[in-house]
Amino acid sequence: MRPPVQRYRNILDFALSSLLRRKGRNLALICVYTLVVFVLASLVFFVQALKREARELLVHAPDMVVQRMVAGRHDPMPAAQAEAIRAIRGVEEVQPRLWGYYYDPVYGGNLTLMATSDTALAADSVWIGQGVARTMRVQEGDMISLRGYAGLPTLFTVQKVLPEASELVSSDLILMSPRDVRSLFNLPEGLATDLAVTAGNPRELPTIAAKIVERFPDTRPILKSEILRTYEAIFDWRGGLMVVVFASAVLSFIIFAWDKATGLSAEERKEIGILKSIGWESADVLLLKFWEGAVVSLTAFLGGVLLAYAHVFFFSATLFEHALKGWSVLFPRYRLVPALDGYQLTVLFFLTVLPYTAATLVPIWRAATVDPDAAMRS
Amino acid sequence: MIQHPGILALLLASGLVSLLLAAAGWQGFRILRGWNLQSGSDAQLDLERRTYLVSTLVANALVIQILSLFLFIFTADSLHTQFVGAMCAAGSLAANPFGYPTLLAKLATCLLAGVWLILHRADTQGRDYPLIRPKYALLLVLVPLVLAETWLQWRYLSGLKADVLTSCCGSLFGQGRQGLAAELAGLPPRIMQPVFWITFGALMAAGALLLRARRGAVAFSLLSLAFLLVSVASLISFFCLYIYELPTHHCPFCLLQREYGFVGYPIYGTLLGGAIAGLGVGVLSPFRARKSLAEALPRMQARLAWSALILAGIFTLMVGIWMILSPLKL
Repeated sequence: MRPPVQRYRNILDFALSSLLRRKGRNLALICVYTLVVFVLASLVFFVQALKREARELLVHAPDMVVQRMVAGRHDPMPAAQAEAIRAIRGVEEVQPRLWGYYYDPVYGGNLTLMATSDTALAADSVWIGQGVARTMRVQEGDMISLRGYAGLPTLFTVQKVLPEASELVSSDLILMSPRDVRSLFNLPEGLATDLAVTAGNPRELPTIAAKIVERFPDTRPILKSEILRTYEAIFDWRGGLMVVVFASAVLSFIIFAWDKATGLSAEERKEIGILKSIGWESADVLLLKFWEGAVVSLTAFLGGVLLAYAHVFFFSATLFEHALKGWSVLFPRYRLVPALDGYQLTVLFFLTVLPYTAATLVPIWRAATVDPDAAMRS
Repeated sequence: MIQHPGILALLLASGLVSLLLAAAGWQGFRILRGWNLQSGSDAQLDLERRTYLVSTLVANALVIQILSLFLFIFTADSLHTQFVGAMCAAGSLAANPFGYPTLLAKLATCLLAGVWLILHRADTQGRDYPLIRPKYALLLVLVPLVLAETWLQWRYLSGLKADVLTSCCGSLFGQGRQGLAAELAGLPPRIMQPVFWITFGALMAAGALLLRARRGAVAFSLLSLAFLLVSVASLISFFCLYIYELPTHHCPFCLLQREYGFVGYPIYGTLLGGAIAGLGVGVLSPFRARKSLAEALPRMQARLAWSALILAGIFTLMVGIWMILSPLKL
C-alpha cells in the first residue's frame, strides 16, 4: 500500500479507537445529531414525494380549464361557448364539465360530485371513491342518500367502488350521470361548470388562452402548468417554512456540538500532549480530529437519512403529515412512492453537516496546537 | 424570496463560507504583518500556530465553495418550474439581473479556491513556510471576492419571485438575440470547431514540452484557462447540439438534467478540475527557486500537468465520441 494511504488509514484507525474509548459521550452526540438529520430529512423527502405525486396526478389533467367569472366569482358557463372556443386555431378538443362540491352533514366531509359520460353508469346510480366508501361504510349494491338543492333526500345505488390505485385522486369522488348532477344541484340545461380544453401542441396554450380572454373577457383560463407551478410553490414554501422553524433546533444542536468540542477533558488533553511529544505534528492531530468529526457526521447523517426514509415512505410521515398535507376529514389513504435523489441528499448535507463542521473547526484547532508540555502538566 | 430548502442551504453555505474566510483573512492579515521566521518570540510562535487555523478554515471554506457551485446550478435548475417560460437553469438564472453574475462569481471563486489549495499544498511540502506570503496575499484577494459573491447570491435569491415571466432557454440561447449568452450561441460551429481543436492541440503540445523539457509552465497555465473558455464556448456553439440531437438547442445547463443522463457533471467536472490543475502549474513556477521546495515542486508541477492533460483528454474524448456517434450531422 502507498505510504500516504497507509498514513490516512492509520490515523483513521486511531480516530475510531479513540471514539470508542469515549463511548458514552460520543453516543450522546451521535444520537442528537441523528435526530436533527432525521427531522430535516423527513421534511425534505416528504415535500419532494408530495411534489412528485402532484406532478404525476396532473399528467392526466386537461391542458387548460376555462371558467366563467361573474363579479369575481366562479359561475357556471354557457355550454355554447365551447363551440366558439373549439373554432380557435390550435384547439383540439373542448369538453364541457359538470361538477360541484357536496357537504355531507352526517359525516362532516366535503365530497366532489362529478358527471361522467361513461355509459356503463346507470341512471340513479353512482360510482364512489374508496374514501367515500370508508367514511359512509357502504359497499357495492348499498344505497346512499344525498340531499338535493331543495333539501329533499335522493337515493342512489352504489354501482361500483373505484379501485384503490386511483385513491389519491378519487378518494372523495362521487361519479354520476349528467342528468342526476343537474337535478341534484338544480343546474339548468345548457350550462356547464367549466370547459376542459386540449390543444394539439401544448406550446400554443398561452396563445390560445390569450385568444379566449380576448373573445370572452368574462372567462378565466387556467393552464395545467400554472396549477403545477402553484403546487410546487406551495409545497416548497411549506417545506421551507418548516426548515426555518427547525432552524432553532439545528442552532441549539450547533451550540451543543461547539460545547462538546471545546470542553476537552483532562484525559484528552493529556492524550494529545503525549501524541505530540512522541512526534505527531499539529497537522496530524488536526487530521485525527477531522477524521473523528467525519466518522461522527457520516454515521449520524446515514442513520438520520435511513430513519427518515422509513418514516416517510413506510409510515407516511406520521409526524408532520398534517402540517404539510393540509387538513381534511376525508383523507386519501396512500403510501408515497419512494423517491430519493442526489440533490436532496446534498441539500440535507449542506443543512446539517456543514454547520456542525464549521462549529467544530476552532475548537479542533485549539486542541491540536496545544503545547505538549502544558498539556501533560495540566 | 422562495423558501425552497435548496435556497436555504445555499444561503447557509455562503454565510458560513463568508464567516470562515473573513476570520481566516483577518488572521492571514495579522500573519502577513508580523511574520518573521528568524525570530523565536512568543508572538511568532503564536503566528505559526495560527497558520494551522487559517489553513483549516480556508480548506473547509473552499471545499464548501466548490460544492456550492454545483448546488447553485442544480437549485436554479429545480426552480425553473416556478417561472413562466423557464425550461431549465438558463431561464431561472435570467429571472433577475443577478443570476448570471452570481454564477460567474462562483466560477471565479472556485478557480481561485482551487489554486489556493494547490499553493497551500505546496507550502506544506517545505519545512520553512516557503510560500507563506504569496499564499496569504492570494487569500486577501479571495476574501473580498467571496464576500461579493455572497452579496450577489443574496440579491439573486432574495429577488426571486415565482411566476416572473422569463425567457426560456430556447429563446435566450437562440440566434439573433443580443447579450452574452446569445453571442456564444451565435458563434458559428464552422469557426468554433477549428478553434477548439487548435486550442486542444496547443494545450497537449505545451503539456508535452513542459513534461519533457520542463519549460513553458506559464504558457501551459494560460492555455489551460483558454481551453476552459473555448470549451464552454464550443459546448454552447456545437457540442451541445450533438448531445441534444437538436440543431437549435444551445443551452449549457440542460446537460445537467436527468434526461441527458447527468452527462453535464463529468463534462463540467473535468473542465473545472483540468483548469484548476493547469493554473496551479503556472502559479507554482515562480517558486521553483526556493531552496526548501527545489525537490518537491517540480514533482508536484509534473503531477498537476498530468492531471490537467488527462482531464482535458477525458473531456475531449467524451464530447468527441458524442459528436461521432450522434445521429445529428451538422
